[in-house]
Amino acid sequence: METKISYKDTEVVISPGSPFKIIGERINPTRRKKLAASMAEGDFSLVQQDAIMQVEAGAHILDVNAGIPGANEPAIMKGALQAVLEVVQVPLCFDSADPAALKVALENYEGKALINSTTAEEVMMGKILPLVKEYGAAVIGVITDDSGIPATPQDRLATARKLIERAADYGIPAEDVVIDALALTVGADHNAARVTLDSLRLIRKELGVNLNLGASNVSFGLPDRAVINTAYLSLAIANGLTTAITDPTKEDIQTTLLACDLLMGRDEYAMRWIKAFRKRSAE
Amino acid sequence: MTLKSVYDAVLAGDADGAKEEVQAAINAGLSPEKILNEGLILAMSEVGQLFEAGEYFVPEMLIAARAMQAGLGLLKPHLAAEDVKSSGKVVIGTVKGDLHDIGKNLVGMMLEGAGFEVVDLGTDVDPAKFIEEAKNGAQVIGISALLTTTMNNMKQVIAAAEEAGIREDVKIVIGGAPVTDEYAQQIGADGFAPDASSAVRLVQRLVGA
Repeated sequence: METKISYKDTEVVISPGSPFKIIGERINPTRRKKLAASMAEGDFSLVQQDAIMQVEAGAHILDVNAGIPGANEPAIMKGALQAVLEVVQVPLCFDSADPAALKVALENYEGKALINSTTAEEVMMGKILPLVKEYGAAVIGVITDDSGIPATPQDRLATARKLIERAADYGIPAEDVVIDALALTVGADHNAARVTLDSLRLIRKELGVNLNLGASNVSFGLPDRAVINTAYLSLAIANGLTTAITDPTKEDIQTTLLACDLLMGRDEYAMRWIKAFRKRSAE
Repeated sequence: MTLKSVYDAVLAGDADGAKEEVQAAINAGLSPEKILNEGLILAMSEVGQLFEAGEYFVPEMLIAARAMQAGLGLLKPHLAAEDVKSSGKVVIGTVKGDLHDIGKNLVGMMLEGAGFEVVDLGTDVDPAKFIEEAKNGAQVIGISALLTTTMNNMKQVIAAAEEAGIREDVKIVIGGAPVTDEYAQQIGADGFAPDASSAVRLVQRLVGA
């Protein structure tokens, strides 16, 4: 299945047959005081820096989160997306639970955006899915529902199925729903990653949809997080992950994802791998 | 020295060991209050400091807390019999719409480890639920949110406390990755803490414990 996201003439295809797609996560004020303060004041220079850095590092899509405590989210979202699109030409992923902020973003965007995200909770789907339909966007569907986090791969499959069916009720095709299979923290439950990996494989097999993870969550609270993160991404890709929200400016992430593409048969004659190596060597 | 063994068992995250050592201390005739303060509480305070210093990691903190809880379970009837009061009652939970619980759990464990009675309402908690539980004699409500997309729901809890007429009777504190001190002030919370150990100090200060 192909999920196509676009900005003007630039189209990005998320699919098992194409290279892995990186959604750059850095434009997010959480735990970033300077970024939050500048965004709140309408200064988007740091946002632009993050946009350029991430695209240079291989991001295909950029996540934009404008959730700053107590600030006007729709206004900041609009300012941030316009600032980003002044410096890079990539599709955007609007990261908000506020329909007003999402509406402003979608109205001020030329192309097919990705919305991050809805859960399978009825209230959330009722708020987000109409916007996805109205603006012809795609959406990340996080498979938690009114009863919380489904414990087993079978339950997660059922939740993913529910989400896709409800999206279909709104006239949104399955290829426009990217399922987020929940990267829970192994520091709190050592089986957490195992369940997620099994869920990825099961959902991929049964529903054929594209799959996403907010991957760095997996290593929270543990030492040497980078090693865990890259191992996790590799395992997840082998189990059907087709895109991830992550930070491509971290070199180990970037090289791991390129190596995974090569090993999964998505890098003909290893040309992208070699090109990236030359670029690193030159730096 | 038995109290040192209680302390060591908690630090090592050894739940069975903690139970055995607490039982041994009770059998040896040590006062339940002393076992609590100089064994369990002291150990959890050390765990918090090791965590803050980056020497202990989340799983170690979780198993230490489990060991503390195992010991505390044994000790509770004795504390009640001797009429030892808790440091106060705190109701905690993750805000409506948010399912992240690790930070909130750590705060709960550290509060328990500091002698507070903790009622953990879990995740995705309705504002009304916080209020209902707080009416049962809680001094403090602690609200957690991990997402920029859910933190705004914290305001609803504060509004609900005002509506219920209990805002003057209960302190409300907040925490979580996107939350800041300024935000706590903006929404009219009584405080913010960046991590579990600071949360304990904040709650102690607010209740005068």
